[in-house]
Amino acid sequence: MIEFRAVSKEFPDGTVAVDNFSLVIPSRKTTVLVGSSGSGKTTLLRMINRMVEPSSGAIEIDGESILDRNPVHLRRSIGYVMQNSGLLPHFKVIDNVATVPVLNGVPRKLAREQALELLDTVGLDRSVANRYPSQLSGGQQQRVGVARGLAANPNILLMDEPFGAVDPIVRAELQQETIRLQRDLDKTIVFVTHDIDEAFLLGDQVVILEKGAKIAQIGSPTEITENPANEFVANFIGVQHGKRALSIKKTKTGSVLVDSQGRAQGVLVDGAAT
Amino acid sequence: MNLLADALAWIFSPDRLSGSSPLPLAIVQHLFYTFLAVLIAAAIAIPLGYYIGHTGRGRNIAIGVSGAARAIPSFGLILLLILVIGVTQKPLAATIAFVLLGIPSILAGAYAGLEAVDRRVIDAARAVGMTEWQILFKVEIPLGLPLLIGGIRAGALQIVATVVLAAYATLGGVGTYIIKGIATRRFDEILGAAIVIVALALVLDGLFALLQHVVVPRGVTAGRPKELRTSSSRRRAVVESPTG
Repeated sequence: MIEFRAVSKEFPDGTVAVDNFSLVIPSRKTTVLVGSSGSGKTTLLRMINRMVEPSSGAIEIDGESILDRNPVHLRRSIGYVMQNSGLLPHFKVIDNVATVPVLNGVPRKLAREQALELLDTVGLDRSVANRYPSQLSGGQQQRVGVARGLAANPNILLMDEPFGAVDPIVRAELQQETIRLQRDLDKTIVFVTHDIDEAFLLGDQVVILEKGAKIAQIGSPTEITENPANEFVANFIGVQHGKRALSIKKTKTGSVLVDSQGRAQGVLVDGAAT
Repeated sequence: MNLLADALAWIFSPDRLSGSSPLPLAIVQHLFYTFLAVLIAAAIAIPLGYYIGHTGRGRNIAIGVSGAARAIPSFGLILLLILVIGVTQKPLAATIAFVLLGIPSILAGAYAGLEAVDRRVIDAARAVGMTEWQILFKVEIPLGLPLLIGGIRAGALQIVATVVLAAYATLGGVGTYIIKGIATRRFDEILGAAIVIVALALVLDGLFALLQHVVVPRGVTAGRPKELRTSSSRRRAVVESPTG
């Protein structure tokens, strides 16, 4: 469990990125922080591994304040996946994945063996192990980034818009992969995105943020869609005019669901959803 | 053309191997002073440049000082140092002058090399739990090496050309012939010695070019067109280092 208590962050230039933010992130679930740029979502994420220090307030992991922990050791105990993969260009794929275990003192040979298994876990062929990141496609690089994040077997995985820079088809693949990994590995995932569809797809708990990391609404995707807290949320998730504002249109063969533009988005079928 | 032929004849004359100042000895002296000065300059400039490049502190001062240092007239500096340190300390004064001339290029190469590393790569290295030293040694230095070698290359060329002036301080080196030749109006000797110095500079430059090629980290070249890299690393070394 990760807990933010009355956390604020003011940058030296006077920007208040986060203002009095409190949140409980449950263990072994995926929590998605979603908001447009300037909502402080990345700042919040980077506070968890002390890449950004809060100006005030407390952040605890399982009841222990992270400010009492050595930042370097804290970071090694938390997986981190970033946009554009952040791989070291002069390390082979296998050594990129093995980075954190090697830093932790695991013998290189053993770390590499484990790294090979991790390539399997993230759905990469072992043949890429001896290539350099620049020889991989964007989607493959991102998978390597996920494998590196998992290498030290952390309980917590932070993902900072990890699929923002890949094309939509690969992104959909990686999203499915993330859902599968979460199911198999049971990690606490904190995921940052500006894409509400991605948030609803991946999140057990979705936190919608306004400017200054003000929480507009917290809930499961279903709760938020069924009962948007205010107009900001309704607009953001698109239940007023956007793609989630669907209406029923009767046709000769049954009922279809159409969006506000009148385009069919699906078919109404009988039977309750499970 | 006659003069050129005379100069070549002077270089390859058997007399160059004998006498009070044989040419091979002069070349060895010349290279000794060059390498000594490059080594000392590197020992001072690289740690300083890395400090500036890693922390970003003192960058403006470094640019200003190294820019100004490039404009110092080398001959004047040598004479000044001999006056200040004392006429009995000529080797020391000359070496200090050569070192001072080599520092700006190497300093610029060191911090420009670190600054050229993608900030996102450094951020990622820190985020996965590297200490600041590990970031410096495992990420910044390897990725900045091509530019550093470029800086050393530029500094070494400047020093090898300036060591000619060591002869004024009666320290030997290939410059001895030039000074002697001017006094005795032996133009074949002047030009011959100049050609030797140019050849030394070209060979040194070639060696450093080769080294620069070798130290580009493997993954950085992989997947990139070959031509793009060689041209960009050269251009950086030559164009970027003077401006910092």
